[in-house]
Amino acid sequence: MSNVLFDAPGPRARVRHRYIGAITLVAVVAIFAFILLRFVETGQFTAEKWELFTIPFVHAKILEATIATLQAFGLAAVLSLILGLLLLVGRVSKHRWISVPTYLFVELFRAIPLLILMMIMYYGLPPLGFSFVTPFIAVVTGLTLYNGSVLSEVFRAGIESLPKGQAEAAYAIGMSKTQVMRMILLPQALRAMAPVIVSQLVVVLKDTALGFIVTYQELLYLAKFYGAQPNYGSPIIPSTIVMAAIYISLCLLLAGVAKYIEVRTKRGPAKNIRAQQLVNEAA
Amino acid sequence: MRKKLSLLATAATAALLLAGCAGGDTTDPGSSDAPAEVTLTGSPTYDAMVEADTVRIGVKEDQPGLGFLDAGTGERSGFDIEIAKWVAESLGFSDDKIEYIAIPSANRESAIVNGDIDYYVGTYSITDKRKEQIDFAGPYFITGQGILVAADDDSITSENDLAGKTVCSATGSTPIQNIKDNYPDTETEEFDTYSQCVEALKDGQVDAVTTDQAILLGYASQDSENLKVVGEPFSVENYGVGLPKGDDALRGFINDMFTDGNDTWQSIYDETLGQSGTAVEQPAVDAY
Amino acid sequence: MDTLLNNLDVFVDGFALTIQVFLWSALFALILGTVVGAMRVSPVAPMRAVGTGYVNLVRNTPLTLLMFFFAFGYPKLDLPSVSYTTLAIFALSLYSATYVAETLRAGINTVPLGQAEAARAIGLTFGQSMSQVLMPQAFRAVIPPMMSVFIALLKNTTVAAGFSVAEAGAIRATLSERGEPAIIVLLWVALLFVLLVAILSFVQRKLENGLKVLR
Repeated sequence: MSNVLFDAPGPRARVRHRYIGAITLVAVVAIFAFILLRFVETGQFTAEKWELFTIPFVHAKILEATIATLQAFGLAAVLSLILGLLLLVGRVSKHRWISVPTYLFVELFRAIPLLILMMIMYYGLPPLGFSFVTPFIAVVTGLTLYNGSVLSEVFRAGIESLPKGQAEAAYAIGMSKTQVMRMILLPQALRAMAPVIVSQLVVVLKDTALGFIVTYQELLYLAKFYGAQPNYGSPIIPSTIVMAAIYISLCLLLAGVAKYIEVRTKRGPAKNIRAQQLVNEAA
Repeated sequence: MRKKLSLLATAATAALLLAGCAGGDTTDPGSSDAPAEVTLTGSPTYDAMVEADTVRIGVKEDQPGLGFLDAGTGERSGFDIEIAKWVAESLGFSDDKIEYIAIPSANRESAIVNGDIDYYVGTYSITDKRKEQIDFAGPYFITGQGILVAADDDSITSENDLAGKTVCSATGSTPIQNIKDNYPDTETEEFDTYSQCVEALKDGQVDAVTTDQAILLGYASQDSENLKVVGEPFSVENYGVGLPKGDDALRGFINDMFTDGNDTWQSIYDETLGQSGTAVEQPAVDAY
Repeated sequence: MDTLLNNLDVFVDGFALTIQVFLWSALFALILGTVVGAMRVSPVAPMRAVGTGYVNLVRNTPLTLLMFFFAFGYPKLDLPSVSYTTLAIFALSLYSATYVAETLRAGINTVPLGQAEAARAIGLTFGQSMSQVLMPQAFRAVIPPMMSVFIALLKNTTVAAGFSVAEAGAIRATLSERGEPAIIVLLWVALLFVLLVAILSFVQRKLENGLKVLR
């Protein structure tokens, strides 16, 4: 598409582009150099600040925290998908006493900020007698309610994007509503929506980071703890760099999966604006 | 048999450590009461501990001298930690049966109400508001609100100089409440742990950190180049052991332990907070 | 109801700050996002690369992590001192800008190919065809999804509560010191957010319908 926006550049334009390109690169390099220089000048790369991260005990802790992050993500991802499917079924039900409450449920949980949802679980419920709510449960439940609601809408957008003839033909050969949904619509919708679904899972992974605010002991919690250790030079920037590297690699890995699926199924998420909008709204 | 041996070993190590540091004139906390003699009935918290064969203690892990976790070695130290161990030992749990859980100030009540922990020892001021949700044994220590500033800052010498300054403390703590209520001209910043506030002070984001002086002394002694404590305590804070509400049996047990502890308390104090040179006596228990 | 009315000052202050943070972040995100979005479709290869790199990197970084860096890392760098609220606005703007950029790019892609071809055929330059032919149409297609980005931004402002910004997400902590029951406080906060989101969604739907007629 973008090649339609401009002519193939002629010799003068090429020179101009080269200049602009060079300026862009210089600007970006300058920004990075400035940040790096600040890091160096404030002693962020001194051995003292990194000493903590050479200790095997600390490595073990970081591994533990990474696993904690992945556990919350994994469980929340599976539960969100299940909840999303259940809500989808409720949403397309022809009984209004099922579809209307489901609609309200979905809209409600999409509108409440996820952090507030986690706080309701962690701070709100225990005094009422739900004393089993640990930070882990709060994080996973919050993620599930929120992302399950978003995913159910993504599924629905997927079904609505299918040609009407699909359902009509299925009904014509005598399939029941359940059969049409299960055997005709859902498989196609899930395939069409696969990249969007995986992007939403990236959102789930990113949002596990909120857990540290409700004291779930994941990567950022550890970053904060290590960052406030004066005996090791308060290495908050080194520890943020370490945790960021882990978080971003995990997210990029998952985003890579989304891209792979997108290329394989050759259906970009941009094709379904509604679904993309849903993911944007949840990010 | 193995359990007994390891208990003995722990007690012996503890005794050695304490003796080594203090010149051999101290009693070892807890080892005088043999764990087998624990008689505590009617305490659901204790029953749950016995059932699980572990005791889960809520602590702070960012307060040098009181409750501190060394990030490099994973070892905990400080006055509150020793008090927590003392309670555990008199309940019949050796060090290796203790599971420490770090809980920031704002989450203490919910952690106790939730049952995430069996009891909490971590600069926990006894207040009536908190007593609505939980119970306290003790007090086992008395301090007051103090002020920590940058070592080169001469503009703040007491709490009367706080007008127009930015002061940081922990979310949900008594000191921040005091500042908000009684010092309306003072700006506040809140983080969930004091160490975050101390970092903000060192970075110049805030002018002072306020909380109990005992806590501040710990930070100042850890980084005396950059930090100093100014003024006299301007409130009274009684530290207690946070317990689930209504567990009077356990509360009574711990109160008796404090009262009948002889010089155990003093030896713990001398080993930890006393290192800074200030002498303090054990406060009388308030068995409400 | 008592919880809300007795502490109205805290709720009003909290939500006022939330809305302030939201508006500033939305403004900066829109500016930065437009620049990045334009870079992503630019004819100059290094610009495209920088735009793509920025979007891919920041999109795969948790917002909490960005804010963490700004709140705790920035003050260590001996740069001009700024408040925690400003730092939170930086983080929110940088994060949301990637979504603004992607939404704009998707919007440009919705303009029929013939439009760009025709613009080129009558000899318009890249700048002219962008500003006079493609962007006006793209913006129209972009408004509803852009509102979604802003709804997300509004909800994301709550993250700042973890970094010493006394906005709506921090109301619980303030009121727990006053001894209010957490669940009631949080349900009020949630309800008020649902209300704000509903207003934005309403505007979104209005715009969507209005634009449909125009097309």
